[in-house]
Amino acid sequence: MGNIPSAVKHCLSYETLAQDYPWLVRWLQEEKFGAICEFPKTVKIVEVGPRDGLQNEKEMVSTGVKIQLINMLSETGLPVIEATSFVSSKWVPQVEAGASEVAVFGSASETFSKKNINCSIEESMLRFKEVISSAKQADIPVRGYVSCALGCPYEGDVEPAKVTEVAKMLYDLGCYEVSLGDTIGVGTPKSMAKVLQSVMKEVPSSALAVHCHDTYGQALANILIALQMGISVVDSSVAGLGGCPYAPGASGNVSTEDVVYMLHGMGIETGVNLSKVINAGEFICQALNRRTNSKVAQAKSCHCVP
Amino acid sequence: MEMLQNKHSVCIAPVQVVDMATLMRYVNSSRMGHRSIALNCSASVARAFGVAAGKPLPAKVKIVEVGPRDGLQNEKTVVPAEVKIRLIDMLSEAGLPVIEATSFVSPKWVPQMADQVEVMQGIHKKPGVNYPVLTPNLKGFQAAVKAGAQEVAIFGAASELFSKKNINCSVEESLQRFEEVTKAAKEQGVLVRGYVSCVLGCPYEGKVSPEKVAQVAKRLYAMGCYEISLGDTIGVGTPGGMGEMLEAVKREVPVDALAVHCHDTYGQALANILVALQMGITVVDSSIAGLGGCPYAQGASGNVATEDVVYMLHGLGIQTGVDLHKLMDAGAFICQFLNRRTSSKVAQASCKL
Repeated sequence: MGNIPSAVKHCLSYETLAQDYPWLVRWLQEEKFGAICEFPKTVKIVEVGPRDGLQNEKEMVSTGVKIQLINMLSETGLPVIEATSFVSSKWVPQVEAGASEVAVFGSASETFSKKNINCSIEESMLRFKEVISSAKQADIPVRGYVSCALGCPYEGDVEPAKVTEVAKMLYDLGCYEVSLGDTIGVGTPKSMAKVLQSVMKEVPSSALAVHCHDTYGQALANILIALQMGISVVDSSVAGLGGCPYAPGASGNVSTEDVVYMLHGMGIETGVNLSKVINAGEFICQALNRRTNSKVAQAKSCHCVP
Repeated sequence: MEMLQNKHSVCIAPVQVVDMATLMRYVNSSRMGHRSIALNCSASVARAFGVAAGKPLPAKVKIVEVGPRDGLQNEKTVVPAEVKIRLIDMLSEAGLPVIEATSFVSPKWVPQMADQVEVMQGIHKKPGVNYPVLTPNLKGFQAAVKAGAQEVAIFGAASELFSKKNINCSVEESLQRFEEVTKAAKEQGVLVRGYVSCVLGCPYEGKVSPEKVAQVAKRLYAMGCYEISLGDTIGVGTPGGMGEMLEAVKREVPVDALAVHCHDTYGQALANILVALQMGITVVDSSIAGLGGCPYAQGASGNVATEDVVYMLHGLGIQTGVDLHKLMDAGAFICQFLNRRTSSKVAQASCKL
C-alpha cells in the first residue's frame, strides 16, 4: 500500500499525494462524510419505553399489555429493554423476581434529589453503594443514571463538574454504564458537548450513554453531537412514550423510531428492525388510546406518495 | 512527525474537502495497519462542537421565516388576509430578518394565496426586513413587483419527476423560465432567492444524487439568485445525507450563498440543521409553529418550527436577532385562529426554568 507516513512527511501538497497515491484519493472519496465528523459504526439502543415511558403516561396499562409490548420489542432486535421498576433501595425484590440487571438513579442536582427521592446526593450514593456491592456479589450488572445532567426544573443550570462528580461516583462504585439524562429536555448541543467533555475526563466514553428528552425538540441534535464525541449508547422510548412530569402536556422521551431512523440513515448499525419497532409503537399507542410521539411512525402511517 | 501534529504548519491544497487532520486520521486508523497517533481529546470535542474542517459554528444565523407562505399554503384552513397581515406584522416585531409573505402563483393552483396583493399591500414593512414572495414565472414576477415586492423566490427541483408533477415541466424548462425572471429582476433591481426542492429525496424518484442538486443550485446561482435554499421537501434526509449533499453543492456555490430548508416529517430537521451549521451554513428556513404539513403524507408534519430552531441556535450561543417570546406569541396567535395545536415542541413545553 505504500509507506504513507514518510510520504506525508516529505510532501506537503495534496495534489502531489493524489498523483503519487491515486488509491488514497479513491479511498478517501469512498469514505462517506469522513471529512467533517466521525460516528461510531454501531450504537446500542437502550429501550426505556416499558418502564420510563409507561411510568410517565397518564393511562395505566394492564400487566398483560406490558408483557406483550416487551415481547414485541424483544422481537425487534433491541439489545436492551428496561422492563420495569422496583422503587426501592433494596435490590432483593428485583433479583427475586428474576431481574438480570439493576438500575440506580442519581441526580446532578441536590434539590432534584431531595424532591425526587427525599435525600441528598451523598445519602443516595450511600444507598447505591449497598445495592451495587450486593449486586456485584450476585454477579448482577448495575447501570447508573444521572438525572438533570443538562438542567434542573428547580435549580436551572447544572454545572458540568457536578454531573461529572456524580457520574464518576456511580462508575467508581461499580456501575458498568452511566446514562446521562437530560431530564427536562432543556439541553442543546452546546450544553451536551460541555457536559460530555467534562464527564469523559473521568469516565471512559465506552461506559457512557445519553438519555435525551425531546421536550424542546432538541433530542436528536443532542444525540448527534454525543455520537460525534464518541458516545455509542443511546436511551430512547418506543413511540416517545412518557411525557415530561415537569411540563404537563409536553413531550418527554425521544422516540426510538426517530433515533433508529437517524442512525440507519447515517449508516450506523443498531441491529434493530425499524418496522417492528413501529408496530410495537402502534400496539402500545392503541392500548393507551393516544397518538404516537414518533414523527417517523406518523409519517409511515400517512404513507408518502406514491 | 511534529509538523504533522500541528496542522497549521502543513500546507494543503483543498482540492477535496479533506484537510490534513482528516488525512492523518485515516493514515493512523487500524485499517491502514500503522501505529496510531492519539488525537487529543480537545480536538475531537472541538470538532464535534462545531469546529468542522477548521470552521467554527457561525456567530450569527439568518432565519428565513416561511410560515405565512409555505406554512399557510399547506394548511387545510384558508386564512383571511387580515389574519395573515397580523401574523406577518407580529413576526416582523419578533425580529425575523426575512419573512416570506405570499405567493404569486395563480390562485387557480394555490387558492390559499389568492389574497396576495392585499397581503403585500397591507403588511407593515419593517425597515431592514425582507419580504420575498414566490413567483413561478415572468407573469407572476410582474404581478409581484406591481404589488410592491422587492424580493422574489423561484423554485427549482433536483428531481425530474418532481418538477413534472409539481410545475408541469422538466427541470431544464423550469430553469429557462427562471432565467426570464432573474433577467427582469436584475433590470428592476429586485432580489431573487432560488430554492431547490427534493435535495435529500423525492416522493417519486426516491434517492436524489448530490451532484444533481449541485448542478441545479449552480444554475440558479449563475443566473443571479443571491441565495439558494436547499430543501429537504419530504423530510427524509438524515445528517449523513445532508453532509454529502452540502459537500457537493459547496463545490459549486459559495457557502455564504446557501441556506437549508429542512422538513421535520421524520423528526430529523434539527439534527440536519446542526450538521449544516457545522459545515458553514448560516441561513436556515423555518416556519412559525411548524405550520405546513407534508403534502405527500397526509397528517404528517412538514416544516421545522421556528421556535425550536431559535431555541437550539440560542442554546448554541448563535445570534439570530429573534425574540423567542414574541415569536411564541405569533405562533400562539396563528394556531388559535387555525384551531390547531402548535407543532413546536418549545411552544408545547410549559416547563419554565
